[in-house]
Amino acid sequence: MQRENPSPAAPSSRVDLSPAGSGDGASPLPAGERSSDGAAGPGEGLASASFINIGERTNVTGSAAFKKLILNGDYTAAVEVARQQVENGAQIIDVNMDEGLLDSEAAMVTYLNLIAAEPDIARVPVMVDSSKWSVIEAGLKCLVGKGIVNSISMKEGEAPFLAQARKCLRYGAAVVVMAFDEQGQADTAQRKVEICERAYKLLTGIGFPPEDIIFDPNIFAVATGIEEHNGYGVDFIEATREIRKRCPHAHVSGGVSNLSFSFRGNEPVRRAMHSVFLYHAIAAGMDMGIVNAGQLDVYDAIDPELRELVEDVVLNRRADSTDRLLAVADKFKGGPQKAADPAAELWRTWPVEKRLEHALVKGMDAFVEVDTEEARLTVARPIEVIEGPLMAGMNVVGDLFGSGKMFLPQVVKSARVMKKAVAHLLPYIEAEKTEGASSKGRIIMATVKGDVHDIGKNIVGVVLQCNNFEVIDLGVMVPAQTILDAAVKHDADMIGLSGLITPSLDEMVHVASEMSRAGMTMPLLIGGATTSRVHTALRIAPAYEGPVVHVLDASRAVGVAGTLVSDTLKAALVAETAAEYEKIRIQRAGGGQSALVPLAQARENAFPTDFIAHPPVKPNFVGTMTIDDVTVEMLIPYIDWTPFFRAWELHGNYPAILTDEVVGASASSLFADAQVMLKTIVAENWLHPKGVIAIWPARREGDDVVLFADESRSSAVKRLPFLRQQIAKRDGRANMCLADFIHPEADWLGGFAVQAGEGIDVQLARFKAGHDDYNDILLKALADRLAEAFAEYLHERVRREIWGHEKGNKQSNEDLIRERYTGIRPAPGYPACPEHSLKTHLFDLMNVEARAGITLTDSFAMWPTAAVSGFYFAHPESAYFGVARVGPDQLEDYAARLGVSRERATQLLRPNLD
Amino acid sequence: MTAAESLRAAAATSIIVKDGPYGTAIQNLGLTAADYAGQIASNHDQKGNNDILNLTRPDAIAGICNRYIAAGARLLATNSFNANRISQADYGMEDRVREINLAAARIMRDCVDAAIAADGIQRWVAGSLGPTNKTLSLSPRVSDPGYREVTFDGVKDVYREQIDALLDGGVDFILIETVFDTLNAKAAAFAAAEAADALGREVPVMLSMTLTDLSGRNLSGQTVEAFWHSIRHVKPVAVGLNCSFGATELRPHVQALARQADTLIMTYPNAGLPNDLGAYDEQPETTAGFIRGWADEGLVNIVGGCCGNTPEHIAAMARQVAGLPPRIIPHPETALYLTGLEAHRYAA
Repeated sequence: MQRENPSPAAPSSRVDLSPAGSGDGASPLPAGERSSDGAAGPGEGLASASFINIGERTNVTGSAAFKKLILNGDYTAAVEVARQQVENGAQIIDVNMDEGLLDSEAAMVTYLNLIAAEPDIARVPVMVDSSKWSVIEAGLKCLVGKGIVNSISMKEGEAPFLAQARKCLRYGAAVVVMAFDEQGQADTAQRKVEICERAYKLLTGIGFPPEDIIFDPNIFAVATGIEEHNGYGVDFIEATREIRKRCPHAHVSGGVSNLSFSFRGNEPVRRAMHSVFLYHAIAAGMDMGIVNAGQLDVYDAIDPELRELVEDVVLNRRADSTDRLLAVADKFKGGPQKAADPAAELWRTWPVEKRLEHALVKGMDAFVEVDTEEARLTVARPIEVIEGPLMAGMNVVGDLFGSGKMFLPQVVKSARVMKKAVAHLLPYIEAEKTEGASSKGRIIMATVKGDVHDIGKNIVGVVLQCNNFEVIDLGVMVPAQTILDAAVKHDADMIGLSGLITPSLDEMVHVASEMSRAGMTMPLLIGGATTSRVHTALRIAPAYEGPVVHVLDASRAVGVAGTLVSDTLKAALVAETAAEYEKIRIQRAGGGQSALVPLAQARENAFPTDFIAHPPVKPNFVGTMTIDDVTVEMLIPYIDWTPFFRAWELHGNYPAILTDEVVGASASSLFADAQVMLKTIVAENWLHPKGVIAIWPARREGDDVVLFADESRSSAVKRLPFLRQQIAKRDGRANMCLADFIHPEADWLGGFAVQAGEGIDVQLARFKAGHDDYNDILLKALADRLAEAFAEYLHERVRREIWGHEKGNKQSNEDLIRERYTGIRPAPGYPACPEHSLKTHLFDLMNVEARAGITLTDSFAMWPTAAVSGFYFAHPESAYFGVARVGPDQLEDYAARLGVSRERATQLLRPNLD
Repeated sequence: MTAAESLRAAAATSIIVKDGPYGTAIQNLGLTAADYAGQIASNHDQKGNNDILNLTRPDAIAGICNRYIAAGARLLATNSFNANRISQADYGMEDRVREINLAAARIMRDCVDAAIAADGIQRWVAGSLGPTNKTLSLSPRVSDPGYREVTFDGVKDVYREQIDALLDGGVDFILIETVFDTLNAKAAAFAAAEAADALGREVPVMLSMTLTDLSGRNLSGQTVEAFWHSIRHVKPVAVGLNCSFGATELRPHVQALARQADTLIMTYPNAGLPNDLGAYDEQPETTAGFIRGWADEGLVNIVGGCCGNTPEHIAAMARQVAGLPPRIIPHPETALYLTGLEAHRYAA
């Protein structure tokens, strides 16, 4: 509303309008002053204003549009109405559901709970507005903060009035008191004052804080043609002055639009009446009101003739004032209408360079092609647009990101705008046949052979491009030779390797040694979820002559890459990193790691699973089952959002992250985009989840679990070797092994593989074609979450139905995320069974490729990447743990049990060996 | 003098020391499943149910209480953080909630009364109410943000049962602590007010919020100031912050609250931040040193310890704040404050 309406208190009139004695010099703005509390530290975050405007747009009695949404059950759109109000500066959200066709109590609760889930709405207080006490009380039970009850009165006498006031006090709410008593609504100034004073004494008598009392002394329509009504405006203003005097700290409010009721259809006259009325009422002490800001004019800007006539009516200054206003009212009917939305569109009037910068910083691509074209026509060569305004804009983005004022999702959106602009210019640049813009440096990026994960690599690529690096992205599953060839061909300044699964660590060592062999010296950057400074120092750096740097995340990538292409800074960084890695190597060589016990001793200290208290539960189903009845929609409630934000380098737990002081805005915006995309995924059927589960008769033999064809347990179909912790344990702590959770005689083991990535390629190709990294990364990240959600969902179904070993109440999603359920679902490659090759056995046993459409790479990465596989252990004492380091004795033993050579086992277990 | 009056009187001249956590102290006892279960027949493993120890190992709980008293604590909280119907459901002990709280209150009352009888120094018992593991203002279902797992009245009734038993057992105050969802706390305070109506006397309440991130908001998203103005109607004897993080990280938020709240400020932080293994390394003198800093700054009236603190920490705190002047309660100007997740002040 602020945007649409220059308030009646334009800066020049502020001082004149200030009510006597307010003393704070603030303006009595009918259009609420925006609270400015975002960046303030603790204690400085209080918004304040001297006139509080309460919007009516979430009030079914005040807004026909809102009423329609609620009656149609379109709560999503109804929530957006509240959001707009807050965005436009509303300081309080008035919610009213008094409509005969509605279950008002239920509608109130539903709506308040929904807006409570929107941090940018929930930051402001709520006014619970109803003529029914039961609706008000239902609303109060939903408010986390201190709101306002609108309203209570002495209509039914003192006893019910005080009972309701006590309830308000107990729920912790301020209260609007109507000037209404047993005799009816107060109309004259005297009655208004009498009733309000009486209510004030009653309320303060029961300990109601006077500052929490807001009187509504009734604004009635004037100029109705009935003579007694002519004084209603003055009555209100005079009563306000007196109430403020007699009732210290209490407030006065009112519904302003009633006043002009008789001029329905003539908006200019109504607006003038509201403005004139507020001008005088605020001066008399009215400090709150229900005013539709679109129905206000600037007092000083009202046509002087109209203002004079309206003032006569409102202040009842002459007997013929109504007639005089009526006589000219039609003349003003078509008068100057509301201005366009100045704030939102203002930037479109800026010079083209500023517009491009604005679009880049805000990540808005609606006008980028038009603006880029306009900029192109002003320069001699199209490349100058990139080197000039676009790079300048991206530098702003880079600076904001570097200083922590912008976060990854926004940067990726900015990059999308940049790419669209560049794509528009490219044909012109090529037509000119000139060299591309001189970049800071050229970097080859690849996810190494055997690995298919590329979200992190793509993010780093985007951020580097934003910072004027030329990125040559070789994609995923890239063999070492391809990387080397590309580096030579493109005369690259450095190479960046990425990988997510542990076998990729070995592949990176391999690439490093190949680079050495080829006599290369360019810097090698290492990144990805399983990589670490320690691994880089211990294994990769020694394999390569040139500089090797581990890069923790995208925000560090720019600094590192920038330094490595700098003649002056490079040497220092290289030396520093080398020294740091040498230190790590010395530390590791010097021991300091906890001692290992011999495997035999570790086995003696196995976990004593209590099979007497909890004997194995016979599954309802044994065999293999394809799961093809699951839709994305069913999985959404099972999503664990925290890792989603982590993928975007936004750190914090969901849902608190949405309101985080630093990253909250960025996280909320990303979350909103994710919700929109999820809806599209569902509506347009983008992804087709598929899965398979199996349950086999099993028994434990040593550290192996042997699977059988049937319950006779006579013919073994597979022997699965598991690893045991060998770290020396404190007394009372076991050396855990997954096999410990399986009964040595008769038990069962489950397996599963699920994916949510089928169908993703089509969409990703579309995003790539549209230079849309943002949606590309967003979709991949969502598909990953959906695969995890699928695993969570399916585990629940297995526990409750298919196996049926878990009884009792269903857990909430939070419980599921915190793993508060019976049994576990460890995945090969994760800490409890860190060796990835078990996946091949799992996949063969369940025929995963045919049933669920998932394949394995040489390094045991799953394709599509949005996939999860693992085992089901049902015993209630089964728990997750990390195997961590194993000794040479277990290596030997494991090789024999797995049926591979010692060399192969060493390769498979490398991350767990010293 | 009522308990609230005697606490306010004592707090006017000195900083009152509160006890430390029961969880950490119980953990250090290394009790077995049999200790927890005692004579209780249940299908559920009681190990980890610290509240049941009020029934099965009252000697252990009294022992911890006495160590805190010996350390100098004068405000002693009951070991009843999870002794409510919602949390006890995890252990199948819903039907023993009244019994647990009655015992929790009596153990403390006996220890405290014995100490008062011995040296004549006034001490108080606060009946502890934890947040439960359900939240009234957030939906556990992402796709259904309007859904709530519990209702205001349901939570209120759960607290009422606990409060009635604690009061019957003789506690002086109801301590609503570790508030991560202000609406849960409002339901607890509502229950306390109903209990007061039923008894026909005042039931003084203390409230302590916990922050979930360094920017100073609780799980329901409220700032410290918004929390204060959302619960100010309860007229708490004391309001404060506990758990969250260590004293260093908590300090700016204690400052913000101390400026606003016209009642006693009570803070009991963790013993620093946990290390990689989830244990607390901060030494008693270190924690006490931070607390001393708060006292020097005039920020606090009641100090104690949450997770990771031991009787040694409490003793060190007591030594540090002995003889120091307490915070002076401010009298902020009268103004209308309303809150959503943030506090908004409306000049009168």
